Amino acid sequence: MAELNTDGIPVVRMVDITKTFPGVVANDHVSLTLHKGEVLALLGENGAGKSTLMNMLIGLYQPDSGSIYINGKHCEIHSPQDSMALGIGMIHQEFMLVGNMTVAENIVLGMKDLPFVPPMAEIKKKITALSKRYGLQVYPDKIIRDLSVGEQQRVEILKLLYRGAEILILDEPTAVLTPGESRDLNQIIKRMLAEGKSAIFITHKMDEVMAFSHTVHVLRRGKSVAVKPTGEIADVQELANMMVGRDVLFSLERGPYKPGCPMIEVQDLVMLPIGGGKPILDHISFTVRSGEIFGIAGVAGNGQQQLTEALTGLMHVDGGSIHLGGKNMTNKSPLSIIKGGVSHIPADRGRMGVVGDMSVGENLSMKKYRTEELSHNTVMKKGRIRQFAEDLIQRFTIKTPSQDTSVKFLSGGNIQKTILAREIDFCRGILIAVYPSRGLDVGATEAVRQNLIKQRDQGSAVLLVSEELEELLMVADKIAVMFEGRIMAIKDANKTTTEELGMLMAGVAKGGR
Amino acid sequence: MRVHLQKRDYRSRRMTILVPVLSLLLSFFLGAIVLLLSKADPIITYRSMLKGAFGSTTKIQYTIAKAVPLLLCGLAVGVAFRLKFWNIGAEGQYIAGVIGITWVMQFWTFLPLWLLLPVGMVVGVLFGALWAGVPGVLKAQWSVDETLTTLMMNYIIIGYAEYLYINAWKAPRGNMGTILYPEAAWLPRIWGRVHAGIYFALALVVVLYFILYKTRWGFELNMIGKNRRAAQCQGVNIKANIILGMLLSGAIAGLAGAIDSAAVTHQLTKGVNSGYGFTGIIIAWMSGLNPFVSVLVALIMAALETGSDALQIMKLPSAMGEVMQGLILIPLLAGSVFIEYRLVHSSKHTEGRI
Repeated sequence: MAELNTDGIPVVRMVDITKTFPGVVANDHVSLTLHKGEVLALLGENGAGKSTLMNMLIGLYQPDSGSIYINGKHCEIHSPQDSMALGIGMIHQEFMLVGNMTVAENIVLGMKDLPFVPPMAEIKKKITALSKRYGLQVYPDKIIRDLSVGEQQRVEILKLLYRGAEILILDEPTAVLTPGESRDLNQIIKRMLAEGKSAIFITHKMDEVMAFSHTVHVLRRGKSVAVKPTGEIADVQELANMMVGRDVLFSLERGPYKPGCPMIEVQDLVMLPIGGGKPILDHISFTVRSGEIFGIAGVAGNGQQQLTEALTGLMHVDGGSIHLGGKNMTNKSPLSIIKGGVSHIPADRGRMGVVGDMSVGENLSMKKYRTEELSHNTVMKKGRIRQFAEDLIQRFTIKTPSQDTSVKFLSGGNIQKTILAREIDFCRGILIAVYPSRGLDVGATEAVRQNLIKQRDQGSAVLLVSEELEELLMVADKIAVMFEGRIMAIKDANKTTTEELGMLMAGVAKGGR
Repeated sequence: MRVHLQKRDYRSRRMTILVPVLSLLLSFFLGAIVLLLSKADPIITYRSMLKGAFGSTTKIQYTIAKAVPLLLCGLAVGVAFRLKFWNIGAEGQYIAGVIGITWVMQFWTFLPLWLLLPVGMVVGVLFGALWAGVPGVLKAQWSVDETLTTLMMNYIIIGYAEYLYINAWKAPRGNMGTILYPEAAWLPRIWGRVHAGIYFALALVVVLYFILYKTRWGFELNMIGKNRRAAQCQGVNIKANIILGMLLSGAIAGLAGAIDSAAVTHQLTKGVNSGYGFTGIIIAWMSGLNPFVSVLVALIMAALETGSDALQIMKLPSAMGEVMQGLILIPLLAGSVFIEYRLVHSSKHTEGRI
C-alpha cells in the first residue's frame, strides 16, 4: 500500500453519528474519518451497524444526531442523488443492474443530464477510455445477463466512475468474487487510489483487510471499538479479536479421522452444456466416505455448482453414475434423493435455500414436513411443527424476533443458520454444503464450520464446496481441486498447502498431465 | 420534510385488512366523480344501488344467488394465484363447465333423469379442469406464458359456445339457446332465488381452506408460489404441482358454470360469457387468496352487479357496477404496497430495518 498522507482536510468526516431503530441503537456516537487516497476497512459482525453507517453517508437514512462533513463542508445528504453529487457512490452487495440491457446502457441509466436520445457512440468511447485507465475490462455492448458476477461488479464500479465518484463505498466486494477476480479488484482499487480517489470497504475477510487497507475501523454493537492503522495490527488473530471481542477459535476441535463406508460414489460423471460445447463436467470420479469431509476447491464457475446440483437431482447428467448410500441415484428426482437421506446447503441461500416470504418456522420444517413426525396422512401437525421449530431456533441459536417472522427479514448469518438447522436436523448420513460460509461474519462462519465437523464426527459423509482454501484446509480431510469441469487432483488436507492447491486451481498440474 | 417508503419488519396484518376496505371506499368515491361527470347524482345512484341489491327479500335472494358463481370463480382463481400461476381464464373454464353439463343434459338421454344432474355436474367439472389443464401443461412442460394462453383460450371457447347455441345445439324453436334441461334435473331452489349451489360453494370454502392451510399439498403450493427454485431444492415436484393446481382451479370454475346453468339459466345461451370469471380475479385478489374472506368479497361484488341492474330500470347508468368493480382494483393494487412498506418522514426518526 502506498504511504498515506493525513495532513489535508479529510474527504469524509462523520462526527458523533447516532441512529436508532425501534428497539435498537444501530449507531451509537460513531465518528469516522477518511482521507484522500485512503482505503478504510470497515469491520464488524453482522448487525454491528456498518451498513447503517454507510447508508447514512449515501443518504438512504438520516442520522438522528451528529453531522457529516464532506471535504470539510457540512452536508445534509437526503438521497443517493445528493451523495452522488458530492462524489460519493456505493456498490451494494446485490448489484443494481438491468439484466437485459447492455453494459453501456446500464452505466448511463438514470443519469439526469442525459439527452432524450443518448449519444451511445460517445458514451461507449468514454466508457472504453475509463475502463482502460483503471484496468476494468468490460465490453460496452455486452448484455448484463451474459456477464459473470465479477464482470457485473466491474460495471457497477464503472457506473460510479462515469458519474465522477471520488469516494467509493464497497459492501463486501469480494464476497461474490473468485480469488482471481478479487486480485483484479485489488489492482483496480490501487489505480483509483493513485488517481486520488478514496474508498471505504465493508468486509468480513480479514486477510483482505490486512492486505489492502490503510486503516481499520471496527464497529461492535453499534459502537466504534477500534480505529487503527493496518500496519500496527500484528496478525489476523488480533483483528478477529477486535471484531468479536473474544478469542475466536481458529483451529477447530475435531475427532480423529476415521473414514467408514463409501457414501457418495461418483463415477465418470459427464454433463454437457445445452447446445454443445466444452463439457461442464468432464469424467468426474471420486468417493466420499462416512466420517469424512471431502472438500472441493476451485475458482467458482469450474463446474462445482453443477456437480452438486447433479448430486441433488436438480440437474441431469449425460453420462456416468452417482451412487448415494450405495443406491444408484443417477438422474433421480430431488425428492427421491432427499428421501435417500441427503441434506443440501445450496449455493444461493436466498434463492435456493429459503422461501423468503414464509416464516422461520415454516422454513425450518421444509424438509421434515413429509415425515410422520410433522404430518399425518398429509395433514400437517401445526402444534408439533411449532415446537419443532422452537427447538431448532434454540439449538442453533437463530436470532429472530419469533418463528413467525418472515425469513427475508433476518440477517444473512441467521438465514444461513436457519438452513443449517433444517438440513443438519434432517441429515441421514450425507451432507452437501455449497459455499456455506460465503458472506458470513466470523461468528456465523465459525458456527457453520463447527456444525460441519460435528456431522463428520458423528459419521456423516460431508461434501464441502468452498472457494476459501483456508476453510478447506481447516475443515476438510481430503481436498479435490476442480478446473474446467475436471478434477485436477485429490489431496490429503494435511499433506497439501495453499500454494499447491492454488496452482491446481489455476489449472497447473505438477509434472504435467 | 420528505416522505418516502420504507420496508416493514413484518407484513402488517392491519394493512392486509385495511387496504381492501379502504380500496372499496375509495372506489365509491372515485365512482362518484365518474357519476358527477356523467351528470348523475351519486347519492341517489348509490342509494338506488343499495336498494337494488338489498332492498327486499327477493333482492337479497338475487344477490346471494349471484354471489354463488362469483364466489366459486374467486376460489378457482385464488388456487391458481397461490401458485403465482396467473390464470385469467376462469371465464373460459366456467363456459367449459356450462358446455359440459349442457352436453349431458341434452344428449345423454339414456341416463335416468335423477342421474342427469350429478353426471352433468361431474362432466362440467371435468371440462373446466381440461380447459385449464391445457395452459397448465404448456406452462409446466415448455414454460409457455400462462397469462396469454389462459386469456386466448377464453375467446376460443366463447366463440365455440356461440356456435353451439346459435347453430349446432340450437333448440328447434327460438333463434338462440339450447333446449331447456329437463326440469327434474334442475338444481333445486332452497330459499326463493337462492339455490342449492350455495351448499357446494360453502362446502368448497371449508374444504379449500383445509387443503391450502392444513395439508402438505397446500404447504407445497405455497412454497412454489413464493419461491419456485427453493421449493424444487426441497424436493417439491414443480411441474406436477402446476398441472394439478391448474386442474383444480379449472375444475372449480367448471363447477361454477355447471351449477349456475343447472340452477339459473337451465340452458346454454347468450350471456354465458357472464364475466364471472373475470370478476373472480378481483375477488381472489381482494380476499388476499383466503377462501373465507372470498365469501364476503363475492357478496359485495354480487351486490354491485344486482345493484346496477336496478339502475337500469331507473334510467340511471347501469354500467356503474362494472365501473365500480374495476375501480376497486386500482387502489387495491396501489395500496398493497403498504402491507410491506410504510410511509415515513425522512427528516426525523426514520424507522426501518437494521
